[in-house]
Amino acid sequence: MTNRREFIKLSLYGAGALAVGSGSYKVIKTLSSPDEVKKLKVDLKRTPTYCEVCFWKCAGWVYKTSEGKIWKIIGNNEDQHSNGRFCPRGTGGVGMYYDEDRLKTPLIRIEERGKQVFREATWDEALEYIAEKMKDISSKSGPESMALFTHGSGSAYFTNLLKAFGSSNIAEPSYAQCRGPRDEAFLATFGEEVYSPEITDIRDTKCLVLIGSHIGENMHNGQIQEMSDAIDKGVTIITVDPRFSTAAGKSKYWLPIKPSTDIALLLAWIHEIIYNDYYDKKYVEKYCNGFDKLKEHVKDFTPEWAYGITTIPPDKIRKTAKEMSDASPAVLIHPGRHVTWYGDDTQRIRAIAILNALLGSWGRRGGFYRPASHPLPSAKIPKYPEPKKTWTDAFPGKYPIASSPVSNAIIDASIPENKPGLLIKGWIINGTNLISSIPDQANTKKAIQNLDLIVTVDTMPMEITGWADVVLPECTYLERYDMLRSSPYRKPAIALRMPAAEPKNNTRSGYNIARGLAVKLGLESYFPFEKQEELLDWQLKQSGSSLEEMQYIGVKTYEREVDDLYFAENENVVFSTDSGKIELYSKYFEDAGYDPLPNYVAHEEPPEGFYRLIYGRAPMHTFGRTSNNPNLTDLMHENLVWVNPKISKEWGLSNGQYIWLKNQDGVVSDFKIKVRITERIRWDSIYMVHGFGHGQKQLKRCFGKGASDTQLITKVLIDPLMGGTGMRSNFVTFVTEKTEKEVAS
Amino acid sequence: MEEEIFVSGRMNHLIDPQLNIWHWQIPLYLFLGGMAAGILCIAALYFIRGREKDYSTAVRITPFIAPVLLILGLIALFIDLRHKLFFWQLYINIRLQSPMSWGAWVLMVITPVSFIWCALHIRDIFPNWDWKFKWVYELESFFNKYKKVLAWIMLIYGIILGIYTGILLSAFNARPLWNTSILGPLFLASGLSAGAATTLLLSKNKAERRQFARIDLILIGIELFLIIHMFMGFLASTQVQIEAAKLFLGGPYTMSFWIFVVIMGMLIPALLEFMELGKFHIPVIVPAVLVIFGSLMLRFIIVYAGQVSRWLY
Amino acid sequence: MRYAMAVDTRKCVGCSDCVVACQTENDVPHGFCREWVVEVMNGTYPQLEIEIRSERCNHCINAPCVRCCPTGASHFADGGIVLVEHNKCIGCGACMASCPYDARYPHPSGYVDKCTFCIHRIKSGLKPACAAVCPTKCIYFGDLDDPNSDVSVVLKKRKSKTLIPEAGTKPQLYFLI
Repeated sequence: MTNRREFIKLSLYGAGALAVGSGSYKVIKTLSSPDEVKKLKVDLKRTPTYCEVCFWKCAGWVYKTSEGKIWKIIGNNEDQHSNGRFCPRGTGGVGMYYDEDRLKTPLIRIEERGKQVFREATWDEALEYIAEKMKDISSKSGPESMALFTHGSGSAYFTNLLKAFGSSNIAEPSYAQCRGPRDEAFLATFGEEVYSPEITDIRDTKCLVLIGSHIGENMHNGQIQEMSDAIDKGVTIITVDPRFSTAAGKSKYWLPIKPSTDIALLLAWIHEIIYNDYYDKKYVEKYCNGFDKLKEHVKDFTPEWAYGITTIPPDKIRKTAKEMSDASPAVLIHPGRHVTWYGDDTQRIRAIAILNALLGSWGRRGGFYRPASHPLPSAKIPKYPEPKKTWTDAFPGKYPIASSPVSNAIIDASIPENKPGLLIKGWIINGTNLISSIPDQANTKKAIQNLDLIVTVDTMPMEITGWADVVLPECTYLERYDMLRSSPYRKPAIALRMPAAEPKNNTRSGYNIARGLAVKLGLESYFPFEKQEELLDWQLKQSGSSLEEMQYIGVKTYEREVDDLYFAENENVVFSTDSGKIELYSKYFEDAGYDPLPNYVAHEEPPEGFYRLIYGRAPMHTFGRTSNNPNLTDLMHENLVWVNPKISKEWGLSNGQYIWLKNQDGVVSDFKIKVRITERIRWDSIYMVHGFGHGQKQLKRCFGKGASDTQLITKVLIDPLMGGTGMRSNFVTFVTEKTEKEVAS
Repeated sequence: MEEEIFVSGRMNHLIDPQLNIWHWQIPLYLFLGGMAAGILCIAALYFIRGREKDYSTAVRITPFIAPVLLILGLIALFIDLRHKLFFWQLYINIRLQSPMSWGAWVLMVITPVSFIWCALHIRDIFPNWDWKFKWVYELESFFNKYKKVLAWIMLIYGIILGIYTGILLSAFNARPLWNTSILGPLFLASGLSAGAATTLLLSKNKAERRQFARIDLILIGIELFLIIHMFMGFLASTQVQIEAAKLFLGGPYTMSFWIFVVIMGMLIPALLEFMELGKFHIPVIVPAVLVIFGSLMLRFIIVYAGQVSRWLY
Repeated sequence: MRYAMAVDTRKCVGCSDCVVACQTENDVPHGFCREWVVEVMNGTYPQLEIEIRSERCNHCINAPCVRCCPTGASHFADGGIVLVEHNKCIGCGACMASCPYDARYPHPSGYVDKCTFCIHRIKSGLKPACAAVCPTKCIYFGDLDDPNSDVSVVLKKRKSKTLIPEAGTKPQLYFLI
């Protein structure tokens, strides 16, 4: 792992800022003096926030009624992420606040784990319990035996806490279960990842290529807005998907590819683009390493060869290759986001990265832009203790390319019979429902039973909370402050989240919880500010603003120091790779013992009577997080299983019929799912939206609605390079009658 | 394959998956109103033609049922309203394009008229009836003087009442099953038929019974003719109307319509009355009750089936 | 003044943001909706095409719901917007039965409710909530009598259709195809 890569990655990551000197950025829309700030008419009926429903973090306003009740959430017009328009989940965020099924008070388990018998406790009791257990674990096996699984705005505080405690085993499931392979592939090729929000310049692209990416069903606000702008400008969209997605419905070319064969198509495109001289010669010559090796490697990967594997006709492959090159450099082969499919995902995204490099889209308008973020000072805290062991010591030699901790590796390291080099004994889980996000539920549950301590911090009684020793209820984002948002984007900008209402019931903000626990552990010095708003005000004052100003404007955008959004003509760009150039041929992978150039490997196909389980998103929900939100269940309250008419005829299924699904390992879904007979799905696959089939009775609105795809994902194809969990090699068959009674977990 | 779905689960209560806003209250009212209209029309008609003596039951006795039916109908209508506290808005607005407004005002007229008509004949039921107040006696003699005018009013408003129940439904062209101008005359004929059947039931006069049996027969004939034309019209019309007709030709309402309405409500009574006229002795209660039953079922089935038929989705 | 709305089916992705924005803006009770999204798909795999439409009340020129209302609660307001006056509505349901688009629904409070083109927002110079929130900006709204309004401009540029024109209602919700 190169230091350069780590450095670049850390310096541009939003939350948890670097200590950098004051920025000399010119500020757009500045309210420079306190008098100007006071002159602004105060709109008491609205407060600024940024959305927590997904990672896009759109900034907006929470409007309240004259009685002070939260009424609606609207986008902030100055915000680059949302351009004043929130997506359905953000608009429906009010439902998160009003949901009566929310966690209300801390809970401590009194019967065996998983039976969900808790007693209510005070915060003091609960935090004391956790602190005692953590100290116990630390004394018996060292603080590095604690691990944190985290997602969302609270990550900053719990990361700080755990690092202060002495552990660096901090895993975000969004790495190994989602974007990890993509980040590593782009890091290996360009020396930089694509960030969240992705640095894709969709609005100016002339040709958008989507490999399985279902923009329009995955509701990445900025990407959908930009795709719409691009459609107005006449963009050519090429969608590669075995399913006729919404994006395919707007595409000039839809390539109905056979599932699991995408790498073959990508290699054929690379072949076409190289051997027809379609590539950006100047760009490749100036910026890329390894072109000759690449050219040799793809010599035999012709469209005819790919046709036999992918079922895409050769002339279509050629046509689309030409379209891409005609649009070059304003062409974007989208890196995707959730790319953990078949275990060779890092290599597949490498092919995508290589294709982008050949067409010269990286750093060019219509391709990928250079992001900039506004650095914020961080509070002075003592140095973190150096942990004696890290997660990499659990299974030495495994996942050598991983630059972030791998959640599933940490789960495996919690099971003694796996004989890990580091045995994890305690988990803190913040804002992620591991039961639904990690495949192979049986393994996760096994790991949990081996722990000395498991703590969950959540707003809703999701499945994972049922397994906890201590459940800590967090208030929603509408009831708290959080760190300033400072995501890398086209222009540096910061956004404030402030509470629109007091925390309901006995809930607290993540910052309060983490700090409270730190106090109990004697680590108070790592949280020098008692109130988060004091920390924010201090940070803002160091940046030429103030909390008061931000409360009025919500978003502050700065100009870039240098106008380097795209590469300048003949700019001497140095990439953060070992060679300083774009690595078409990855020596880094080669040295680690893996293919330096992507290869196509055939994957398992569904047995007779079984269909590949393909899952995806719906634009009105964020995984399983919003399944109980009253505003969003009004739009969609259950998922459907898409079945091709040929198959439904074979099985005698009718539209709207409810069935169970059984996978290749004999696991049957707990709940029934409604059949949707549609031509939009291939006959060898079925499709369902992820995030339903909740088995928690406390989630009154979504309990038992739809089926859980996670439950059926028992075969996991691990990406050996970075530990990503490939989930698309599970096959299901239909069960129309169940003999035993339905069981809820 | 064409697939049409709601992406954001529209499931408006009482609107999806089919319209379900009118339940038993509305078809019951349509039936009661139609039957009352039939009774009053027949009473007025024979009075005007001077046949009071021949058909005394029809003119004098049967109308006593009408006010009861009308009051029950009004109660059913009131129960159906969802915003009951504002029902009085109906009576401070008159909207000529709205059949429902017509209905409200027609009922306003014909209900008191029917009460008055009954009051004029109260001594046929209660021979020793005493009004107790002088002004009531004065009213009685006033109305007796202008009985013919009253009868004309009753006749005209009765026809409007009978026909508007059908026009009301046919004005909703959003429900393809109701979008036929035949519905008005059909409901009027059905109402007259039910009214005639009531007299058939109540009359002790053999000649009267025979006459009304004949009337009923003619009315049933007219109804069958209208029904056949209605279906011919649907099947020759747009796609949505063909589908509406299919509800009765193989769809979920086939059995109930043809058995209850046509066979039991029209064909069997017609046969029985024919046989009665041909000197066979049939207990009169059978065809009479069947006709009334058929009239009731016609309203129920048309109202429920109509809500199933729609243009979109 | 004739208000109308145009939805660009080429850009609409069916996210249903319009539905939930309308719900929060207008306090539409849970379980009911004033707007909805329809997806129509044609063909056989892999020759397929889809059309996605965001729909609501069409505020028809020849509105059957206004015609059949017995109390006049359903009426035309400024610019042809069809509104329901709550305290005149008796809840008889005639308007619900007369709408071929089934755009109305019975509000739990008793009266009949539906899309109002956010007339309270239009009066302040804002756009209806759905048009203001749509992430793809596929909802255009404005005055047809003004040749420079968003909707006039886009209807001139693009081909459009309305739903069931044969019903004779002259709807003012256009779909750009």
